[in-house]
Amino acid sequence: MAKTALQFRHNGRDVAIFVDGGTNLLVALRELIGDMTPKFGCGQGGCGACSVLIDGELHLSCLTLAETVAGRSVETLDGIKDGPNLHPLQRAFAENFAAQCGYCTPGMLMAAKALLDRNPSPSRTEVVEAISGNICRCTGYEPIINAVLAASGGRARA
Amino acid sequence: MPVTVRTFASSGEAAAALSSDRGARYLGGGTLVMRALNEGDISISTIVRASDHALTRIEAAGPRVTIGAGVTFARILAERDLSFLHAPARSIGGPAVRNMGTVGGNLFAPNPYGDFTVALLALDAVVSVRGGLGSRDVPIEEFLQSRERQTGTLVLSISCQKPGSAEAFRFRKIARIKPKGGSVITLAAHLPMSGGRIVGARVALGSMAPTQIRARAAERALEGRSLDAPTIGAAAAAAVEGTSPGDNALASAWYRREIVGVHLRRLLSGQE
Repeated sequence: MAKTALQFRHNGRDVAIFVDGGTNLLVALRELIGDMTPKFGCGQGGCGACSVLIDGELHLSCLTLAETVAGRSVETLDGIKDGPNLHPLQRAFAENFAAQCGYCTPGMLMAAKALLDRNPSPSRTEVVEAISGNICRCTGYEPIINAVLAASGGRARA
Repeated sequence: MPVTVRTFASSGEAAAALSSDRGARYLGGGTLVMRALNEGDISISTIVRASDHALTRIEAAGPRVTIGAGVTFARILAERDLSFLHAPARSIGGPAVRNMGTVGGNLFAPNPYGDFTVALLALDAVVSVRGGLGSRDVPIEEFLQSRERQTGTLVLSISCQKPGSAEAFRFRKIARIKPKGGSVITLAAHLPMSGGRIVGARVALGSMAPTQIRARAAERALEGRSLDAPTIGAAAAAAVEGTSPGDNALASAWYRREIVGVHLRRLLSGQE
């Protein structure tokens, strides 16, 4: 079956690949572009490990048909650091012990970034809601919530 | 296995492609079709898409609202005129799923999903579909009863009357994981009042049968009465009638039958 040419912006850089029909964005990112930061968890939309931003909006790359991002901007965890400098969210995760095995961390960080990009000073409830689509089996969530609040400047409302 | 992706500018062309190919599925937000592909569903050989803007249109200014099938739950939540649908929209998934999942797709979501459709069923919504023989409007209850045969038709939009007041429409999803999780049971009630009495009661249930259903015995207990304690008690006692829930990892059929009356009582009483 013929492959389809696909062009989009990946972390601010134009990329062009050929995809098989039905390929999801997660496979395109990991296997065709080599960006291993989004993770495969469930393939069902239940875990959030594959979360990316598409035109600034949080999406699950495993449930996104790759062809639908043609001409759009895809942002992954790989794109949020600035050279050797960690993003404030990454630093807050490290300082607040918000990662144990680390498998959920890329998705958690992208869900948190989607929140802070539109709401720089969220309440604790808003943080809980923002990461409600992301499953972590290690931390019990509290350190993650605390890290997001710390990255937002700790100006938590109830 | 690679599939063929066909993208059309108009919903008419997409509907024609769907109805002429048994292996074709319409791709809305991807939360159902891409999941099926990820799980290796070999019954899907073609993905049909449409870029028709009519599919993502919301008309909500008047007393009757029409929501394009491709409207996402995030857009429902951003629309002030659709505030009566905010609770069911918020009950679905996490933020990413709400950014992707669509109103039209939810009509096809199997248990323990499809919570938004429970709300639409209580609101007596009408589903506009386009098949090989043209467009038609189908009452949502009829649509759900024939859902298995609807894969060759394209849902264009869903419309319903706005409830007369915030009190007149109530929704509750019981889930084990908060704020996100599959449904143990889902309930919605539309209780239009006239002269202090309920006229046209609708009670809809999710996860209490293979598809979303109306609790007709509970509706009969409410019809023509005021919403007092004896009426609520009678409706709660009748809630389980006509249901056929299944077992799954979230709850057993027995448990669902036990709690449906309890939660209907709480919903009608305005209890948290």
